[in-house]
Amino acid sequence: MVPDTLKEIRVVQALEALPSAVVAGKVDRNELTLEIEPARIVEVCRLLKDTLQFNRLSAVTCVDWYPTEPRFEVIYHLHAIPSAGVQQPPARNERLRLKCKVSGEKPEIDSVYGVWRSADWYEREVFDLFGVVFRNHPGLKRILMPDDWEGHPLRKDYPVHGYKYSYPQE
Amino acid sequence: MSDVLTSPETTESGTPKRRTMTLNMGPQHPSTHGVLRVLLELDGEIIDKAEADIGFLHTGIEKECEVKTWQQVVPLTDRVDYLANLSNNLAYVLAVEKLLGLEVPPKAQFIRVMLTELTRISSHIVWLGTHALDIGAMSMFMYCFRERETLLKLFEMFSGQRMMTSYFRIGGLALEPPRGWEKAVGNIVQEFPGRIDEYEGLLTANPIWMNRTKGVGFMSLEDLLDWGATGPMIRAAGLAWDIRKQEPYSSYEKFQFEVPTRTASDVFARYEVRVAEMRESLKIVEQALKGMPEGRHVADVQGVILPDREKMKTQMEALIYHFKIVTEGFRVPAGEVYVAVESPRGELGYYVVSDGTTKPYRVHMRTPSFGNLQTLAPMLQGQLIADSIAALGSMDFVLGDTDR
Repeated sequence: MVPDTLKEIRVVQALEALPSAVVAGKVDRNELTLEIEPARIVEVCRLLKDTLQFNRLSAVTCVDWYPTEPRFEVIYHLHAIPSAGVQQPPARNERLRLKCKVSGEKPEIDSVYGVWRSADWYEREVFDLFGVVFRNHPGLKRILMPDDWEGHPLRKDYPVHGYKYSYPQE
Repeated sequence: MSDVLTSPETTESGTPKRRTMTLNMGPQHPSTHGVLRVLLELDGEIIDKAEADIGFLHTGIEKECEVKTWQQVVPLTDRVDYLANLSNNLAYVLAVEKLLGLEVPPKAQFIRVMLTELTRISSHIVWLGTHALDIGAMSMFMYCFRERETLLKLFEMFSGQRMMTSYFRIGGLALEPPRGWEKAVGNIVQEFPGRIDEYEGLLTANPIWMNRTKGVGFMSLEDLLDWGATGPMIRAAGLAWDIRKQEPYSSYEKFQFEVPTRTASDVFARYEVRVAEMRESLKIVEQALKGMPEGRHVADVQGVILPDREKMKTQMEALIYHFKIVTEGFRVPAGEVYVAVESPRGELGYYVVSDGTTKPYRVHMRTPSFGNLQTLAPMLQGQLIADSIAALGSMDFVLGDTDR
């Protein structure tokens, strides 16, 4: 549950419209991080975009906490900026981090492509490097690694030097 | 996105479809600015659909960061956006300093600002030279690289390296600024405005340039923001968003500069924005030169920053700290931060996760080229191939930045 100290923040209050979507939250080093129930991520993002004008998705990334379960933490960095004009600060500039903990057995979560199209490549990258499957993504395939690569390199149990060698081993 | 290579020849009812030809632009191509493969489905010379295929320069830098100590990651960051090295360094060290809660002395902050702005000029110069070369103005390339030589010599003076400087370290700078640096920077501030005037004289009112760049590669601001573009692309679409002004870092709030914008959001507007940005950067460099504070070039925190050489050679405690920092590394309190800076290409953000040990747990680089390059597919639809080269150039992406 969200600690009481955070209940005054506008984002947290807006998210009370979606009960029990926010699992936890913290403010650390001036940054607000909210943990969201993975099944509700699209609703939450749509609410934040429509009512609080979080018009930019800065990045989608993932952290692998192997061997703790749930293993993968899919991170969404949201950003709200004005959509026109802006001459001198202070202009609206709000950043928010959303986290969804996804299990390692069959990591799946819904795609937020329908909310911000910039999720396209970022989710492909998370799929490529971590193996998290994004449901309803317009074209989920590998982006950085070659198309026929096996394995997901940024997972903690994948060795730094990889499995393939281009020269014969002694 | 349907598979461009296997689209059928007839529709379901049997009528033959308008035939398009699938052409591969890249990955080896002089104008794709790196190893970028663009799959073009062409109807004559008009691009029906374009799909960007990246990953040819992926070297696993993010994975590599997890096995190096905090200080050892700095040279890796240089190589991500290899045309604006100091910007990457800055973003990473700011993130780690935020995790540590470290205060950087004012002199180091000013030198960081000054060198980052010179990096911005250097990056825009490469962009201008190569972009003009793609469109056909070959002499621009020569002039721009002549200027770049001066800047690279300056970087070499400061750090010993022309490009991969790694000059910013956690807590400040790697070395004290060298003797005579004020004169070198002063020369640059004197000469460059005249050079930028030369470039503008060659291109801005040139009818060929205007014909080839006006109206090309248009994308509305709303689309750009939705697709994740940042930097000069959105400034050329009318939004005066610059992280240096909106979320100032490293004492940028002490400098006076404008954020140039245009509204046309085409290749010409992006060109004008970047040239204007070069002039603003020169203003910042001049202000930094004139107002340079005195003081240390690096913070003075035991256990994190290497002690002064003299102290290390004479005091036992300093020697032990030096040994521990170099071999084992220092510990950073657990937590996560996201710090964004305005690199020449847009918002460069570092998301750094620490688990309290001497090595980062996860470093994610939110690179501007990755976001900007996503706009390629929608932007190139309906353009002529020649226009696509201009549009690609105006995005100013770097494949090292995109693929990491």
